[in-house]
Amino acid sequence: MASAAALPDGATLGVVAVGGVLGSLGRWAVGLAIPHEVGAFPWSTFVVNVTGAFAMGLLVAFLVDRPGVHRLARPFVGVGVLGGWTTFSALAVDAVQLGATHHVQLALLYVGATFLVGTLAVAAGMLGGRRVWPGP
Amino acid sequence: MTATHALLVALGAAVGAPLRLVVAHYARERLRAAPPAGTLVVNVVGSLVLGVLVGDAVGGSALALVGTGFCGALTTFSTLALELWEALDDDRPVAAAANLGLSLVLGLGAAALGYALAA
Repeated sequence: MASAAALPDGATLGVVAVGGVLGSLGRWAVGLAIPHEVGAFPWSTFVVNVTGAFAMGLLVAFLVDRPGVHRLARPFVGVGVLGGWTTFSALAVDAVQLGATHHVQLALLYVGATFLVGTLAVAAGMLGGRRVWPGP
Repeated sequence: MTATHALLVALGAAVGAPLRLVVAHYARERLRAAPPAGTLVVNVVGSLVLGVLVGDAVGGSALALVGTGFCGALTTFSTLALELWEALDDDRPVAAAANLGLSLVLGLGAAALGYALAA
């Protein structure tokens, strides 16, 4: 086996960058549409993370057993767009800030709800995807 | 200025998203680590950096570029949630719990560390 390349190829990096820009601009726009006040539940980040997790489930269901799909489709959508649309850093920092401003219960609720609903959203996306695209 | 902020978010994301791929690729191909390792590394690093920015009350253009753009695109929740669900669905509850636990402890820990260092 040839030694694995240290870097992904340029085309993959390029589509991930473009997808990441599109997804991140979308996340930023959601943040503008749903302003976040300190001490309140961070709805905008919750919404992007849960919808992104659902879309990731859909994507994986769609790509299963589809060798004909372009090899850059998954990096573009999964790594780029959905990776840019969702975020972990805002989740972590918003939770820390809630805790630091004496909203510990809200911080726990926020983190717990994001992980619980987010993980179930992946499952729901996969189940929904398998119904829409029942595979060959 | 909204248009400028959009451009800065895009610039930060154009670096952060491919860097996440590079880290994941390196961890998987060179270090032979399980895929969640790469996700964990970018999420911890991005949380530390954003923690510093928010703790330091950085706002405006710098937050748009480095926070919303770079850290937001460097880190990911969709892949983490996929990893968690796949581990559960695959009957690997310990792997799911380990990934969740490490993400919470190290990710929130890094955010808290950055926040405390800068505040």
